[in-house]
Amino acid sequence: MSKRLGLQTIVFQQAPRIASCSTIAGPKEGEGNFGSYIDKLVDDPMMGQLTPEKAERMMLYLACQDALAKAALTEDDVHFFVGGDLLNQIISSSYCARDLGIPFLGIYGACSSIVEGLGLGSLIVDGDYADSVLVATSSHYQASERQFRYPVELNIQHRKSNQWTVTGAAAAVLSKSGTGPKITAATFGRVLDYGIKSPNDMGAAMAPAAADTLCRHFADTGKTPGDYDLILTGDLAAVGQKLFVQLVKEAGYTLGSKHMDVGASMYKPTQQVGAGGSGCACSAIGILGYVVKEMLQGNLRRVLAMATGALFSPVSTQQGDSIAGIAHAVVIEA
Amino acid sequence: MDKAQKDRRERYQQMVREATPQPNRWRNAVMAFITGGAICTVGQLLYNLFEKVEPSRLETTAVTQAAMIALGAIATGLGFYDWLAERGGMGAAVPVTGFSNTVASAAMEFRREGYILGMGAKMFVIAGPVLVYGIISGFAVSLLRAVLTGSLF
Repeated sequence: MSKRLGLQTIVFQQAPRIASCSTIAGPKEGEGNFGSYIDKLVDDPMMGQLTPEKAERMMLYLACQDALAKAALTEDDVHFFVGGDLLNQIISSSYCARDLGIPFLGIYGACSSIVEGLGLGSLIVDGDYADSVLVATSSHYQASERQFRYPVELNIQHRKSNQWTVTGAAAAVLSKSGTGPKITAATFGRVLDYGIKSPNDMGAAMAPAAADTLCRHFADTGKTPGDYDLILTGDLAAVGQKLFVQLVKEAGYTLGSKHMDVGASMYKPTQQVGAGGSGCACSAIGILGYVVKEMLQGNLRRVLAMATGALFSPVSTQQGDSIAGIAHAVVIEA
Repeated sequence: MDKAQKDRRERYQQMVREATPQPNRWRNAVMAFITGGAICTVGQLLYNLFEKVEPSRLETTAVTQAAMIALGAIATGLGFYDWLAERGGMGAAVPVTGFSNTVASAAMEFRREGYILGMGAKMFVIAGPVLVYGIISGFAVSLLRAVLTGSLF
């Protein structure tokens, strides 16, 4: 059997297991809809650190350590650390890798990083290049806000399409053996640009990529929405998910209640966050918190987990470039 | 970009316009009026107070401005001003307290990169354009006035 299926999908023959995972998040996420699925909630989003950047990398490090401890592994047992985040030059992941001392492959897929990481980690394990791979990602509201937008205390009236960056981190250990859920396939996405220029509208910029990857996945594998218990998207949020469902419907697939967007569901309506959550930690908490826990409890059997990323920088938007989107998908089975 | 691609983009952007919720402009206008009006009322109260001590109009105006700038910066430091602006919109952004907030919020944000290259260099990152174009337009209007009236004062 070929490892490749169709144009963009890879089927793993020795499907790697999610041997363990760990999630950590701040108080706002704790009060949200996924609060009970997050392993460790901290009261102080600054983690007692002087800067949000330091706080973010501390969260990432704690999530990694916790995931390793749950899998009963030490740093030396893990052959690769695949990590990415939103900050310039992916500093959170790099400094975390420095402290872990595991050979590091840094990735950048904006908010799609977790699925890009899970897909790449699975390739490494399936290819027999490692027994265990650590995959982790993080984001922080304050650190993202100052890099992509404005000072936190500035007099800004947020729009209804604005998204709130999730403060948190998530890590997973992928192993050849073990008992956790399996990653059986991955569909790596193309970069799509439909000319959206507003950084206040990231969901709209990412929705075409998400629809494209999903339709490619269905075409490659011959599966339909009915084959999955849940089709998860990362952080399209309220506006983006509406567009995504519309685009997928035009392509001939009706998702209905099978679809859930983590960004749109992250916060409660009373928390006043515009269209919903975003950030690397948003999709990561959805997949490694919600999906994996529901699978271990037997409530979900087969899930298509997607994460989307808006590929832009403040420099590119200020120079008038449009925002490109990307989406990757992995199939997780109990 | 070929035509089919361009059409697809345009059609999608139409979809986005339809899917994006519009702000409640009436509510925003009323909130901005109340917020801006409240800030100006505080300014007027301070002016009336200062007038009793310093009868010169020019001096009183200057002291009131300074007091409002200080109030804006303090409200920013206490984390109150962004809360106010979230509700009051332009009513909070336009008065001098809003200008003070742009400077204070940038100073707070970039202090972490040090006093020189962080706070010092980036304090006016938001307020800078207001100063540059404020001074340029002030100069242009004064020049026009001088030409039209034949007097500099």
